[in-house]
Amino acid sequence: MRTPFIIRFLNATPRAGWIALGVFAALTLVVMPALHLLLPESSPFHVSTYVITLSGKIMCYAIVAVAMDLIWGYAGILSLGHGLFFALGGYAFGMYLMREIGTDGSYQSHLPDFMVFLDWKELPWYWAGSDSMLWAILLVLTVPALVAYIFGYFAFRSRIKGVYFSIITQAMTFAAMLFFFRNETGFGGNNGFTDFKRILGHDITSPEMRATLFALSALALMLTLLAGRYLVTSKFGRVLTAIRDAESRVMFIGYNPLHYKLFIWTFSAMLCAIAGALYVPQVGIINPGEMSPANSIEIAIWVAVGGRGTLIGPVIGAGLVNLFKSYFTVAFPEYWLFFLGALFVGVTLWLPEGVTGLWKRLKARRTA
Amino acid sequence: MNATVENPNWEVSVPAIGHVLQPGVDTSHKVILYLEDISVSFDGFKALNNLTLAIDAGELRCIIGPNGAGKTTMMDVITGKTRPDSGTCFFGQTIDLTRMTEPQIAHAGIGRKFQKPTIFENHTVFENLELAMKTDKRAWTSLFAWLSSEGRDRISDTLKLIRLDHQAERQAGLLSHGQKQWLEIGMLLMQEPQLLLLDEPVAGMTDDETERTGELFKSLAGKHSLVVVEHDMAFIEQLGGKVTVLHEGSVLAEGDLATVQADERVVEVYLGR
Repeated sequence: MRTPFIIRFLNATPRAGWIALGVFAALTLVVMPALHLLLPESSPFHVSTYVITLSGKIMCYAIVAVAMDLIWGYAGILSLGHGLFFALGGYAFGMYLMREIGTDGSYQSHLPDFMVFLDWKELPWYWAGSDSMLWAILLVLTVPALVAYIFGYFAFRSRIKGVYFSIITQAMTFAAMLFFFRNETGFGGNNGFTDFKRILGHDITSPEMRATLFALSALALMLTLLAGRYLVTSKFGRVLTAIRDAESRVMFIGYNPLHYKLFIWTFSAMLCAIAGALYVPQVGIINPGEMSPANSIEIAIWVAVGGRGTLIGPVIGAGLVNLFKSYFTVAFPEYWLFFLGALFVGVTLWLPEGVTGLWKRLKARRTA
Repeated sequence: MNATVENPNWEVSVPAIGHVLQPGVDTSHKVILYLEDISVSFDGFKALNNLTLAIDAGELRCIIGPNGAGKTTMMDVITGKTRPDSGTCFFGQTIDLTRMTEPQIAHAGIGRKFQKPTIFENHTVFENLELAMKTDKRAWTSLFAWLSSEGRDRISDTLKLIRLDHQAERQAGLLSHGQKQWLEIGMLLMQEPQLLLLDEPVAGMTDDETERTGELFKSLAGKHSLVVVEHDMAFIEQLGGKVTVLHEGSVLAEGDLATVQADERVVEVYLGR
C-alpha cells in the first residue's frame, strides 16, 4: 500500500485512453447539451431532441453492455438474463416517476392510474416511500443487486456453469416477466408504467430535463468504464480471467471462485439497474417486455459484436447495433429479428473477437 | 510472550506442560499425510479400495502403478476434489481433509501439480506466479491488492529457479510443454506448501529438463514433503526415495526401488501375467 490508489490507477491506463475519455466527457457533458439548449431549432448546429434521446438511450445500453462484458468477457459467465436487472432498475425508478404524476393522471387520483383501474383504495406496502427520489435511488441500487446476490449465491455455490447457467438466467428473467405481467403484482401489469410527467417537480419532456438525463447517462457510462478499468487491471481482474480460463487451477492455488464470481455478478447487476433507472425517464415507459428473454439475448449480441474481453468493445457494439436497429426497424420493421440473428451467427463465425478484434487484426497487418 | 520479557535468558517461550494445539500443520508425530482405509467408487468401479498410506514430514515419496491403479483419484481425495465414500484423510495430526474445500486445503499447505500442465495461458509467466503466491486470497483483498517489493523479489527468485527469468512477460500459453511444466512447478513453490503433490511432473520434458527437475525435487525434500506420481523409472531412480506401488486402488508394495522391482507381485501387475 505504498503508492496511492489514484496514482496506481492513473498509471494502469494508457494516455490515449484518458484523452479519449476527456474528449467524450467534453462532448457529452458540455458540447451536446449546449447545442441542444442554446441554439434555436432552425440552426444547422442544433442537436435535436431525437438525437439527444436516442444517444442517451444508447449510452444506457452501453452501460449494460459493459456490465455484461465484465461477467461474460472477463469471468466467462454468459448471462442471458441481464435484462431483468435493467428492468428492475427501471421499475424501481419508475415507481417514483408514477408518484410524481400526482393527481394529473386520467383519474385525478393520488394513486397511479392502474391502481384506480383495479379499484385499489390505497398503495400496497411495497410502494411505501416511493414518492421520495432518494428512496427510489436506494431501491435502484439495492433491490436488483440483492436479487442478483441471492440468485448468484445459490447458482455459483452449486457450481452451475456454462450453458446450464445461461439457461437458468434465461428462465429467471422469463419467470420475472410473467410475474410482472400479472395486474395483482402491483406494477401496472402488461402496460407497466408510462405517462410520466415530472422529476423533482420539473417537466420531464423539457429540453433542460432531457439534456440533464443525457448528461447523467454519459456520466454513468464514464464512471462504469473507469470502474471496469480499475477492476480488470487489479489483481481481482487477473483472478477473474484466471477463473474463466482454468477454474480448477484457481481453486487449487487457494482462491475461492464463489466470492469472486458473486462480487462481479452483483456489481454487474447493479450497473444494469443504474442504466435501467436512467433509461426509463428518457423513453417514458417501462413494461414487462423489457424482461423478455429476447432482450437479454440482444445484450449478449451487442457484446459479441463489439468484442468480448475489452471494455471499449461493448460500448462500440451497443452503439453500432442500436444505431442500426433504429434505422432498420423503421425501414424494414419485419426483418429486424432475422437480421439480428444473422448478425450473431456471422459475428460468431467470422469475427469471434468482434469489431475490436477486427481492428486489432488490421493494425497488426499494417505493422507486419 | 510475557515470560520472555520477565526472563531475558529464555530464547523462545514454549509452553512447558502438555501439548498445545498450534495453528498450521501439526507434524509432531512425524507424519504429514495420513490416509486410512480410503475407498472411492464410481458407478460400481472401485477406484480406491481401502487405501492406507502415510507420508512422513520431509519425505520424498514416489508412487507408481499401472493405469487405473488409482493414483490420480488418490490426489483428488487429498486435495478435496473427490470425497471418499469411507476412510479418513489427515494432514498432520489435526487437519481433516475430507471436510474441507479445495481452496481451504490449498491454504492449509497442500499444493498440487496436475498431470496435464494447467497454467493460466492468457496471463504472462510473471502473472501466473503472482496469482499463485502465498497471500490473502479473499476477493475483497484482491480488489485492493498491490504487489510489494518483497513479493516482486520472491517472484524473480522463482523465475530464476525455474529458468524462465527471460520470459517473465511472455504469455504463458506460448511456452513449450516442458516450460509449462516448470511454470506449474514454480506456481506450486510460490504457494509455499508443506506438501507437494506432483502428478507426472516430467512428462514431455527433455532428458536434460528431467534431470534438472530431479535435482530441484531433491533439494526441496526435507523442508517440504513431496509425493511424486511417475512412470519414468529412470527419474524415480534419480529421486531415490521410498516407492509405493498402487494396484487396483490399494497399496501392493512399498520400499526402495530395487526391492519393489524385485517383488514378484509387482512384476506380475506390470507385465500382466
